[in-house]
Amino acid sequence: MTVRFTLNGEPQRCEVPPHWTLLRMLRDAAGHTDAKHGCGEGVCGACAVFLDGIAVNSCSVLAPQVEGATVETVGGLDRDGDLHPLQAELVASGGVQCGFCTPGMVISGIEAVRLGAAGSEAEIRHSLAGNLCRCTGYGKIVAAVGAYRDGEATGVDGDGVRTTDGAPGAAPAPEVGIGP
Amino acid sequence: MSGVEVKPGRRVVGSDLARHDAIEKVAGRTVYAADFALPGMLHARLKRSDYAHAKLTRVDTTAAEALDGVVAVYTAADVPRNTVWVDVPGQTLEVGALKARSNVLADGVVRYHGEPIALVAAESDDAALAALDAIEVDYEPLPVVDDAERALDPEAPQIHESGNLLAHWELEEGDAEAGIASAAAVVEDEYRTQFIDHAYLEPEAGVSWRDTDGVITIRAATQVVEHFRDVARILDLPDNKVRLITPYVGGGFGGKEDMTVEPYLGIVVALTGRPARMVWSRQESLQARQNRHAVRMRYRTGADADGRLVAMDVDILSDGGAYALLSALVLLYSTTCAAGPYRCPNVRIRARTVYTNHTPCSAMRGFGGMQVALGYEGQMDRLAAELGVDPLELRRRNFVERGDTLPIGQPLETTVELPALIEAVTERLEPPPEPSAPRRAVGRGFACNLQPYGRCVWLNDWSSAWIGFELDGTLVIRIAVPDIGGGQASSLIQIASEVLGVAPERITIHIGDSALNPLTGTTTATRQLYMSGNAVLKAARDLREQLAGVAAELLEVEPEQVEFGAEGVSVAGGERSLEFRELLAACASVDVSWHVHATYRAPKGVPWQADESWRGRVFPDFTYGCHAADVEVDLDSGQTRVLRYVAGHDVGQTINPQSVEGQIEGGVAMGLGYALSERLVFDEAQNLTGSFAQYLIPTAVEVPEIDTVVLESGEGMGPFNARGIGEPPIGPPAPAVAAAIRDAIGARLTELPFTPERVAAAVRAREEDADAEG
Repeated sequence: MTVRFTLNGEPQRCEVPPHWTLLRMLRDAAGHTDAKHGCGEGVCGACAVFLDGIAVNSCSVLAPQVEGATVETVGGLDRDGDLHPLQAELVASGGVQCGFCTPGMVISGIEAVRLGAAGSEAEIRHSLAGNLCRCTGYGKIVAAVGAYRDGEATGVDGDGVRTTDGAPGAAPAPEVGIGP
Repeated sequence: MSGVEVKPGRRVVGSDLARHDAIEKVAGRTVYAADFALPGMLHARLKRSDYAHAKLTRVDTTAAEALDGVVAVYTAADVPRNTVWVDVPGQTLEVGALKARSNVLADGVVRYHGEPIALVAAESDDAALAALDAIEVDYEPLPVVDDAERALDPEAPQIHESGNLLAHWELEEGDAEAGIASAAAVVEDEYRTQFIDHAYLEPEAGVSWRDTDGVITIRAATQVVEHFRDVARILDLPDNKVRLITPYVGGGFGGKEDMTVEPYLGIVVALTGRPARMVWSRQESLQARQNRHAVRMRYRTGADADGRLVAMDVDILSDGGAYALLSALVLLYSTTCAAGPYRCPNVRIRARTVYTNHTPCSAMRGFGGMQVALGYEGQMDRLAAELGVDPLELRRRNFVERGDTLPIGQPLETTVELPALIEAVTERLEPPPEPSAPRRAVGRGFACNLQPYGRCVWLNDWSSAWIGFELDGTLVIRIAVPDIGGGQASSLIQIASEVLGVAPERITIHIGDSALNPLTGTTTATRQLYMSGNAVLKAARDLREQLAGVAAELLEVEPEQVEFGAEGVSVAGGERSLEFRELLAACASVDVSWHVHATYRAPKGVPWQADESWRGRVFPDFTYGCHAADVEVDLDSGQTRVLRYVAGHDVGQTINPQSVEGQIEGGVAMGLGYALSERLVFDEAQNLTGSFAQYLIPTAVEVPEIDTVVLESGEGMGPFNARGIGEPPIGPPAPAVAAAIRDAIGARLTELPFTPERVAAAVRAREEDADAEG
């Protein structure tokens, strides 16, 4: 079947069997391998992407569900070659080792700050609990999200919520069970 | 926070240089093994055994082969040479090469749940999956051995013709029985550790193709590009007809040390001529790839009235699973480290590893040197309680020092900074917190350890590197190092930059390719910074010397007066200078090349023999550590939360502080998972732990803030006197948590992991005892 959606601001058209997941469509049909397959069952978070502005595990969304939707992956976050501020914080903090969890961490970290679920270190840790990392022990990732939050609060970056670019009408922070 | 500062006179060694690979990774641009694709590639999958031990009475691939899109289905008979050899050079026959073999595809018998039986190649992954279902396998179940003790029973089913004893080590220094008899205090206990998985986020994956030169080329996630030789042997090809490339790897921890997808990718491309991709599912990764040995340890430890160790009697029994792989060497690490970083005149160690029908065990971070920390540190805490001495004071009285020899005969030639580490770690601690609620208790525990870095000395280990300038003055490093996430590549850039002055951003490193880059050995055994770092350091110094001679002529000074900077060379603080490209042009005119190839060779030693009288050096050197944990235990649920953690290691000299902290913090997190939640669960050798929903690695919520103490003694055998730090932090967390739980609840747990059920049971038992007494 044909699935039409917007991927990182560009129109996309994929021919996929209906049982394929969004993750598989991104990787094997659209050629976007920046979302990673870590577990295939929605536990590790390495495949997280924004779907209409909300972070989802793309391994747990079926491809036909994104018909007409807007998808943004970690590879679409930089602007004119500059890293997104959270990406830059992760590099500066040493929060990237093997890097396989990193795309999902970036998505979840941005989501946590956008939802106001990154107010304290404990809140950040809860917000990242759906993203497994085996290399870093999380501390430097948590610090990077904290620094990104502070930058957003002071408007240093001044670019607002870049992550929902191309996702007009993205839902405001839903009151869901995020946080301690 | 390490508080490490760049030393005067140093440029980049010791600085938090942002890793070049981190920028690519965070932007999603890194092309990992599974991200690579070739036009027309096949999709390969493995049919795996449903039984832990069975005869294969029929493997019928006819129906599978007839399916649309299925190109080939291979079984053992199709593999040119169906044996995987793990014959680390230098091993003797008794515990080594002859036994360390397994089948590429099962041949008549399967010995563990998930053992590969058939290999499918299809036009699509969906077709490959359908073919797996269509392969018909008839099993005749055989009795299962799922207990290491029972494996040694003469009546037990024999898993291999050679018997169930896979390897053993026995040694005695002094007289352990006499020592125990003379001791003022003797403590005795049994400790048990569990099977665990490496659980890196990147499942095993790779792509293979026949290149234009006819060379079978495999681009796969591996810690060992030298596996090209093993693939060649399986394909019955000369070594130089197989090439292994490893891109940046999404985590290794020893799980990508033995081969995973490599032989299968080689077979498909060799037999079909077409490119192929194989990606293992998380379930395959958790259930069928080798894991960490479960170990049962019995310790008897005696001390005199002053708390000085007089005797230690250690019995180690490890479950090696169904095939030998690296078990004999893992057991050697256990044997070498069994007494811990402590002096003891009378030591007896008996170590055995056995075959069972569990998933084969092999390398994992700590490699046998880490399980024993639960034993030797548990004993020190018991002994301290018995003698009424502070646990840290007891350790201080017994630490090894430079010049001492471990029971196996290993000399300790560099400084042992354990007393300083205890002091530094203790300084970072705050007063223990109050319990956060009624029916909760807090406790604090410490643990120290030693862990080798570098391979066994008789393996004659070496590393090579090539460094050269490009004509525009940029620099290239070529070295076949696999970078598995620890900053293996970026640290080498820092070392080259330090010596040659070229700014790190003007250095490109080409890694992980067995055909085009100098071989540098495995990213295992905490050897890569040590070995490749020394090779790059040597190459950079040789190159500097070569260029300094030409520059000195032009600048009319002595070679040692030539200074190397970011853009070129200069003298007298920049009074006269040459850009690198000017210098290179001058080199060309006088026939001096601007590239070098250098090899670093590790210290050598006499190969061990399977002989109780053998004594000698096993490893180049060790890294030492001291950790402290504060925990809070819920007395009703048994849930243990780590509140705060301090981890200190002497790393000799830091190359990149963030990378050192990253290794320590990541090692602690992995060690806390080992202590509290991780466990592969088997039922009659059926592996029931096939998903991350069942196999619980710590999340950001479970891992506390980790405070790292990085001590720089200036002594170590790596570049700039660095010590290795990849594996050492994995040892202390489990014993530190055990001690902290004991401090909190008054009961001693000795079987990992310390799950809520076990902790709650220990609390109940203690409270019932107290009621009975009351």
